[in-house]
Amino acid sequence: MYGLAATFSDAFALLATFDHRAVEIVSLSLQVSGSAVILGTLLGLPLGACLAVGRFPGRSAALVVINGLMGAPSVVVGVVVYLILSRSGPLGELGMLYTPAAMVAAQTLLVVPLMAAIARQIIDDTWQRYAEEFRAMRFTWLQSVTTLLYDCRHSLLVAVLAGLGRAMSEVGAVMIVGGNIDHATRVMTTAIALETSKGDLPLAIALGIVLVAVILVLNAAAFAMRAWAMRRYG
Amino acid sequence: MFPLRLHDVRFQPNGRMVLDGIELELGGEGITLVLGPNGAGKSVLLRTICGLLEPTGGQIDWGGGARPHLGVMMVFQHPMMLRAPVLENVALALKPHGVPRIERRRRAARMLDRVGLLARASDSARLLSGGEQQRLALARAWVTAPRLLLLDEPTASLDPSATAEVERIVREIRTDGTRIVMTTHNLGQATRLGDDVVFMSAGRVREHASVQRFFARPASDEARLFIQGELPWRMNF
Repeated sequence: MYGLAATFSDAFALLATFDHRAVEIVSLSLQVSGSAVILGTLLGLPLGACLAVGRFPGRSAALVVINGLMGAPSVVVGVVVYLILSRSGPLGELGMLYTPAAMVAAQTLLVVPLMAAIARQIIDDTWQRYAEEFRAMRFTWLQSVTTLLYDCRHSLLVAVLAGLGRAMSEVGAVMIVGGNIDHATRVMTTAIALETSKGDLPLAIALGIVLVAVILVLNAAAFAMRAWAMRRYG
Repeated sequence: MFPLRLHDVRFQPNGRMVLDGIELELGGEGITLVLGPNGAGKSVLLRTICGLLEPTGGQIDWGGGARPHLGVMMVFQHPMMLRAPVLENVALALKPHGVPRIERRRRAARMLDRVGLLARASDSARLLSGGEQQRLALARAWVTAPRLLLLDEPTASLDPSATAEVERIVREIRTDGTRIVMTTHNLGQATRLGDDVVFMSAGRVREHASVQRFFARPASDEARLFIQGELPWRMNF
């Protein structure tokens, strides 16, 4: 019991003193996952809107694939990105493997289907109610998509948060394509896994606390924003 | 675009006859009120004219030409309101017309002034009352200067004061040169607004006459019973 208390005490001490290792790892984690979520938002939300509004051959198959990829194991995504970025892969010449850029690519690939699937569901519900009026106004397909994305902007925060949660909490893909290299590609999840296996629990717990806190703070902010939007826009 | 002629127009989804050989000719001016019991096919007729539903048979002739891409607008009984300010909701309708954003907002503001909502331009559209939302929907249609405006029971759930305001706006839109076709269950409204009446039942046009003649001398027993409020539900003629 004393050991556990001492471990937590050491973990809080690391946080209170802004331990440079912890700060470096947290900073890289936020950069990598933040970049992946920004890319995921730019790709996934429009993709979800297109799937909601569009009626084209193969749409049902596309929906099945997107929904299926929502739950794709991160290690599988990691292996796919590894094969693409490895020296003999199609993008091997870019020399991205074991860099934060490779981690961003892997996490983006992980979050796009998730964000697209959630966005499609949200936008589809709104589209059912708006479709006739948009068609009566002679909206083009693109005008419908952009207007729906704008109208659902507050609800779509859910998709963004889900993407962020997925990106920040996954370990398999970044471990494979990043390599968990100290001072280069070590992020919170890979560091927690490594430090736990080494027995350095204070750092693992400190990073775990930060990880949970970041997700809680972002969720609280999103909740407050949605509540404000409901009051402001109904 | 006019005269707009519907010849033997049918709409029969899944084998159920909703429009059963509609014959109708509409000139280029005035307000036509479409009356009839629930399920007569009034709303479906408007949606078919608007192009939202493809008829399963018959022809719609737009003054000898093709259906115009723009120039036909429709206002629904429960208009959609974007989660955005009132001004944005009106300006929205000008997007397909290729109007630049600043000009869209300028025209929308002018139209809000005409429907008495300029003071609420920056309020959220979803927080307006039912009557105000319907006025917004009329402004949204009007701002595009349509040649033909289709109104599907725009006052169905409004109180008398809001109804009077909507009727004032409808008259103004007509004065601006827009042809209006409107469904309603309100016979008083038909006499106040209408130039002519199309009476429908069971997916057919039973009568098309001037308002005065329709109410003074309805040509069919069915129309007479409808005016007297005695038309039995699901009556088969």
